[in-house]
Amino acid sequence: MAETKPIVDMEGITITFPGVKALDGVSFKMYPGEVHSLMGENGAGKSTLIKALTGVYTIDDGSIKVGGVEQRFAGTGDAERAGISTVYQEVNLATNLSIGENLMLGHEKRNKLGIDWKASHEVAHEALEQVGLGYLDTHALLSSISIAMQQLVAIARASVVKAKVLILDEPTSSLDENEVQRLFDIIRKLKSEGVAILFVSHFLDQVYEISDRMTVLRNGKFVGEYLVKDTPREQTISLMIGKSMESLSDLEGGVKQTLDEYKNHKPVLEVTQIGRRGEIQPVDLTIRPGEILGFAGLLGSGRTELARLLFGADKPDTGTYKLEGNTLTVSSPYIALKNGVAYSTEDRRDEGILSELSVRENMILALQAIRGWAHPISRKEQEEICATYIKALSIKTPSTETPIKSLSGGNQQKVLLARWLATSPKVLILDEPTRGIDIGAKSEIQETIVQLARQGKAIVFISSELSEVVRISSRVLILKDRKKVAEVENTPDFTQGNIVKIIAQGGVNENVK
Amino acid sequence: MSAATVSATRHTKKKFSLPVSKIPAVVAIGVFILMFLYGQFAYGKFFRLGTVSTLLNDNAYLFIMAVGMTIPILTGGIDLSVGAVVALSSVVGGSLAVAGVPWYLCALIMVLVGSVFGLLSGTLIRYFDMQPFIATLATMYLGQGLAGMISTDPIQLLDGNAGGLRNFNYTFTLYDGRKANDLDVSVALLIAIVVVIFAYWVMHRTRSGRTIYAMGAPSKQSADLMGLPTGRSLQLIYLLSGTFSGIASVVYVAGVGKAQNVMGQGWELNAITCAVIGGTIITGGSGYVLGTVVGTLVYTTMNLIITRDGRVPSTWMTIITGIVLLLFVVIQRLIIVGAERRTRTATLASAQTVDPSAAQTDVSAGAGAGTGTGANSGTGTSRPGAAQATQRE
Repeated sequence: MAETKPIVDMEGITITFPGVKALDGVSFKMYPGEVHSLMGENGAGKSTLIKALTGVYTIDDGSIKVGGVEQRFAGTGDAERAGISTVYQEVNLATNLSIGENLMLGHEKRNKLGIDWKASHEVAHEALEQVGLGYLDTHALLSSISIAMQQLVAIARASVVKAKVLILDEPTSSLDENEVQRLFDIIRKLKSEGVAILFVSHFLDQVYEISDRMTVLRNGKFVGEYLVKDTPREQTISLMIGKSMESLSDLEGGVKQTLDEYKNHKPVLEVTQIGRRGEIQPVDLTIRPGEILGFAGLLGSGRTELARLLFGADKPDTGTYKLEGNTLTVSSPYIALKNGVAYSTEDRRDEGILSELSVRENMILALQAIRGWAHPISRKEQEEICATYIKALSIKTPSTETPIKSLSGGNQQKVLLARWLATSPKVLILDEPTRGIDIGAKSEIQETIVQLARQGKAIVFISSELSEVVRISSRVLILKDRKKVAEVENTPDFTQGNIVKIIAQGGVNENVK
Repeated sequence: MSAATVSATRHTKKKFSLPVSKIPAVVAIGVFILMFLYGQFAYGKFFRLGTVSTLLNDNAYLFIMAVGMTIPILTGGIDLSVGAVVALSSVVGGSLAVAGVPWYLCALIMVLVGSVFGLLSGTLIRYFDMQPFIATLATMYLGQGLAGMISTDPIQLLDGNAGGLRNFNYTFTLYDGRKANDLDVSVALLIAIVVVIFAYWVMHRTRSGRTIYAMGAPSKQSADLMGLPTGRSLQLIYLLSGTFSGIASVVYVAGVGKAQNVMGQGWELNAITCAVIGGTIITGGSGYVLGTVVGTLVYTTMNLIITRDGRVPSTWMTIITGIVLLLFVVIQRLIIVGAERRTRTATLASAQTVDPSAAQTDVSAGAGAGTGTGANSGTGTSRPGAAQATQRE
């Protein structure tokens, strides 16, 4: 491999944003037929480096060579023409068009009369066949297939555009394990065809399973390039975080945090037979102050649907809702919020942050909403709130006036957490608060959640990572097929294996093994 | 084997249902037919070649403008300047014709006025990152102002050189029926047909057209991130809608035989109405050139019925237009919300069934037992999901 020339050769890349040096003299090389991982904490500069390579950002200094040719990308189109194709974490295809149209966009087969749709759909079909999706109807709307499938379609598009370099930015964050394996099969296939693949993921296991080489970044600086098979995981983590191995022992160590305090309290929220047709079958649940109630279940099991009912984002068809003993009709999020129930959504980008607004504006949003427009929060109070939470949650931001979009994912999540905490909720529903953020920030957020429970908040914690649910929940409510199948005490010997067993046994689908 | 079953179920599903995006246009066709039936029974003489000829020939300009408007709307944009372009283009053309410029050159200049305005709007939107609404609002005022500066009096184009522009209204009688029941086709209508075919070809048979559709996707940065030439397409979009309104101006001036600066006021809204009735969604991403043609037919037939009725005061016209528009939008919303719910249930159902096996893989992988299940089992487990989804519907 040493003799082959790099297909991508980035030298001394520097990108400066107002107030921050996002990348500082970073070097990065990719070789054909290799899977390369880009490692680093949130804010280490991974996304910025990718955006430099895909032409979204222009570099301030340094050089980018693709296939030995010096490139200056002025836009994504330039990068694509140089053979660089990207699949983003959020699927960036046109959901209003068909699968085939999406695959072929910009590369449709043409004849004398313009686009030859028959030929184009044939090529699209071949591309799908290559990734094992040959059974999909290329004429079906893209929006008619699941997100996971859409992601695979996006990868199939790379073969249509004849990409030499394929960038996969957190491709697995919305996939389940089975789909991940399928993705890996496709990656291995592309790799054997000589495509250079850049794989970015915060799942360390996945990185170790699929990658050959990795580049570690920290705080916008190049730490080093390593062969994955020669680098133990602990070493990688310490390279990423920049701390010694000893200080990492309590991180991700699987130390289970169970709280017992809550058993002395009266329930703060009691719902009976709350449900919504087609989304979640009637569920009973109670939650006490100081308790973390984990919702465990697989994608589409009804976790989010149940949370939305608790918050009034959707109206339940059945059931009663009691908050601190008072029956309540929660017909809108406003009512829920006013009564002390807050909900941090699963989709941080679309339903969470307002990307153009500042950290301060994002943080005071919910509090201002419950106070009403007639009672504006004074600038002084706003500043105080920001100062409090920036300190309490150790949010890394250049200032309170920085647009939230320029913060890293983990810090955006903390700002959202602060937004809801500012309303002093009694019940805090957190839907996937750790999705798409790296190990360091993740354990910080887990720690914060446990702290909040200690302070007497009732917390609903939703996560697709069962290990995480088991680590911090007091009790676990297990959902399957949009139905509650069990509610269990999280005793010290309870493991994620137990949850999986319950889900596997509690179902009706015999043909699934 | 399982793969075959999946595609089989998908195919049967497809055969029985129309793509959601095409439903509004089909509804519009139905309404159009109903309107004609109503017209025939209520007033008579509707199913006549003469009626149809008049309807099409007199509204040729509107077909052209509505089709032009569809293109920016498809990307979630809008072109408010089209009416003002008609006004400016008409007075420019009219003045030149009176001054003795040959009629064909006048016509060409009139079209070019539209192109220049379209290019201007497109440039503002592309390079200055302006909202289409604001950019075209500005060009609209500019157009109206310039038209008023050139002339505020009606310019009559009667005969001699000035009358040359009326050549575009020359009518061929294809079938000479009794009692003036002729099948007539004007040059204007032929031009409109060419414009419709051209627009259809651009939108469905060129990569630029596909880029325009992709730009209307719910996630607006998608087209950009796919490396599509969105900047160039933005210019093309407004160049097309501007040019089309220039053509519409020629056609309309030829029909009425005069040009004036107040011409075309509010026509941008009529064009939007036609596009929306024809199923174009105002936020972009969904709509068809031919849908807009149907929408224009509905709109013009509605006007015809009101005129024929005679009892309805003309002031009611706008109210009725508003009600019809509202009805169409409500129908569209109902259909779309319903379809979305169905797709969501289907996706959820298939996701669920795939999942449990996934969890098992998770555990085995965690225990270091290797990664047993591959792509094959993925396809296998998705089968009951797909079947379930179809049953649900």
